[in-house]
Amino acid sequence: MTVHSAHPPGFAHQFEDMQQQREAGSLGMWVFLLTEIMFFGGLFAGYIIYRALYLPAFEIGSHLLEVQFGALNTAVLILSSLTMALAIHSAQVGKRRAQVWFLITTMILGAAFLAIKFTFEWHHDYVEHLVPGFGFIIRPEWGAAGQHVPMFFCFYFFMTGLHAIHMIIGIGLLTVLTVMAHRGRFAPEYYAPLEVSGLYWHFVDIIWIFLFPLLYLIGGRYIGGGH
Amino acid sequence: MSTATIDVHEAPAGSHVNYLNAKYGVKSWLLTTDHKRIALLYLVSITLMFFVGGFFAVLMRLHLIEPQGALVQPETYNKLFTMHGVIMVFFFLVPSIPATLGNFLVPMMIGARDLAFPRLNLLSWYIYVIGACFTLYAVISGGVDTGWTFYTPYSSSFSHTSVIPTALGVFITGFSSILTGLNFVVTIHKMRAPGLTWFRLPLFIWAIYATSIIFILGTPVIAITLFLLGLERLLHIGIFDPAIGGDPILFQHLFWFYSHPAVYIMILPGMGVMSELVTCFSRKKIFGYSFVAFSSLSIAIISFLVWGHHMFVTGQSIYAGLIFSVLSFMVAIPSAVKVFNWTATLYKGSISYDAPMLYALGFIGLFTMGGLTGLFLASLATDVHLNGTYFIVAHFHYIMVGGAVMAYLGGIHFWWPKITGRLYPDGWARFAALVIFVGFNLTFFPQFMLGYLGMPRRFAVYPAEFQVLNVMSSAGASILGIGYLIPLIYLTWSMRYGPAAGPNPWGAKGLEWTTPSPPPTENFEEIPVVTEDAYDYAHSTVTRG
Repeated sequence: MTVHSAHPPGFAHQFEDMQQQREAGSLGMWVFLLTEIMFFGGLFAGYIIYRALYLPAFEIGSHLLEVQFGALNTAVLILSSLTMALAIHSAQVGKRRAQVWFLITTMILGAAFLAIKFTFEWHHDYVEHLVPGFGFIIRPEWGAAGQHVPMFFCFYFFMTGLHAIHMIIGIGLLTVLTVMAHRGRFAPEYYAPLEVSGLYWHFVDIIWIFLFPLLYLIGGRYIGGGH
Repeated sequence: MSTATIDVHEAPAGSHVNYLNAKYGVKSWLLTTDHKRIALLYLVSITLMFFVGGFFAVLMRLHLIEPQGALVQPETYNKLFTMHGVIMVFFFLVPSIPATLGNFLVPMMIGARDLAFPRLNLLSWYIYVIGACFTLYAVISGGVDTGWTFYTPYSSSFSHTSVIPTALGVFITGFSSILTGLNFVVTIHKMRAPGLTWFRLPLFIWAIYATSIIFILGTPVIAITLFLLGLERLLHIGIFDPAIGGDPILFQHLFWFYSHPAVYIMILPGMGVMSELVTCFSRKKIFGYSFVAFSSLSIAIISFLVWGHHMFVTGQSIYAGLIFSVLSFMVAIPSAVKVFNWTATLYKGSISYDAPMLYALGFIGLFTMGGLTGLFLASLATDVHLNGTYFIVAHFHYIMVGGAVMAYLGGIHFWWPKITGRLYPDGWARFAALVIFVGFNLTFFPQFMLGYLGMPRRFAVYPAEFQVLNVMSSAGASILGIGYLIPLIYLTWSMRYGPAAGPNPWGAKGLEWTTPSPPPTENFEEIPVVTEDAYDYAHSTVTRG
């Protein structure tokens, strides 16, 4: 694409042409996602090490999570990734109304994820005294493993909390994009902000795809019955 | 005499529209997205932090003149070395060359109008300033005494000082590094001028690229580690404190996973500056371009695999120690490749001893000493003896001050005429370089001896037999301090009173020397087309002004 005509929409002065700008934006987001992987990577490493050290405690902790809400949220997030992809597709083919509606649907699904997380899960944990630092009670039936159950919940809240912060930032981005889409800022020639934010949204989704089995499923609960 | 020589003396600075005089007023600086202005914003802020950090060092050296301590209480001494370390590492050394010279030079060297994301660049400066404010607040509110390594559980459960504001400052500043690194990677990949292939790039760009990789991959890990540390301290939940179920060794692993590569964040850009200085002042092409280029990348990669050598005696398994020892020896190879190649470049070159070159020659010697003493410490057996002594302090100061700061000052002196359009007084500059070299060696060479004799670091008192060497070190520190003040004075003076520099006072190669000094806001009137290799001094028609 050789766009040298006066000022194409969204063109920044430091670039030679629109293609260079789009490639730079896209590479920039990929590099950013790389730093995000390392950011979460520290937590994942800590979780895996402590899980190996205190396996019984981590299994008790995992059993205390509400797996049906985790599963529901997984479905909600995957659906939101689909609507995000459809929003980008609508921009590519120049359908403005569809773009706006798909973006709004993505936002609603993102908000639904957070609502389920906070109201059904975190609130429940708080009532059950499972939040470390906020009245955590070690139950006698956990036995010797009990003293390390708070550590499982530390990681659970850090990891899902950090993920939720990313979701909130994502919803903020989507709000801006929806307004831009509504004003007709995107066209088949220019939809880079949409594409780049889409990458981010899918990344946050993928983080959850790793968090869900790590926190909710691998505790011997389903495979082989375990304990 | 070529026409370039005539231009040099006839074009007074500021006669053309450039990035400095295009706009005036505080707002035009604080809201600028011009990479050159942002580089100057960084220059001012890190210079401030350098002198704050240096002030703590001076107090420490004054205190250590007497075996029982001459100046402060032991508790205060703990705070002095901690704040010296935190400020110098996170707020001076890490951003020093990348954020100032890198910001200024990356677009100019690759023939671009700006970095790929100018607003992000400005944001990263603001993030740096906010982080610095938190840390300075910690200094004012009573300081912090954990050492710059924030080792747990002392930092998370026992220290009664401002750990949280300091850690928060470091955490925030980390994002400024990440964004700067991201900006450089994208810019170097996507915005090179036509004809500027990877193997025609100046080696400074390769070094900055390697540094950016570490910024991107390492910094997030220290961020999350400090975040966990803060949460443990605030909520008293066990992550790192063994008393409540945590593992302090995990903190060390996570901390050094960033902080060892961070050592290469500090030295790699300096190595990049070195390649520019050595070629220009010996008027020769670099010896073994691709070796120097790839050694930067291999240092960046290997640097992620050596962190365990900080933990030889802190509870890591002996087998892990063996592996980390071997890997640490391996990182010496690309570093040595660079030193050999600079030396080979000097061979039969027509060398001139301008101020930047004096710093460069100082770098080669001091970095070699710092690097070789590193091998003592990478060996498991000798490390057990030397660990926790002044030998370590001397070793890393030879790398950080003798290497990184020398290269930084050399770079500042080399590109100062480009940045400001003015020349500084050459005699004073050479004198200062000499004072710094002498002061540095007098400060830190005795510390090698002290460490070998067994004087432990981080103590406010020491046995009386070590006094002579300590007094020598303190005397050196005062010479070094004066050495750093001299450039501050004459460089500031030159901004107003220095003679006009002309576009290329050194007769150097590289795209940044093809534009007027100071450069116009858009850097290049026309985006240049590159047709030759870097450092092609043999076929150069450019002469010195």
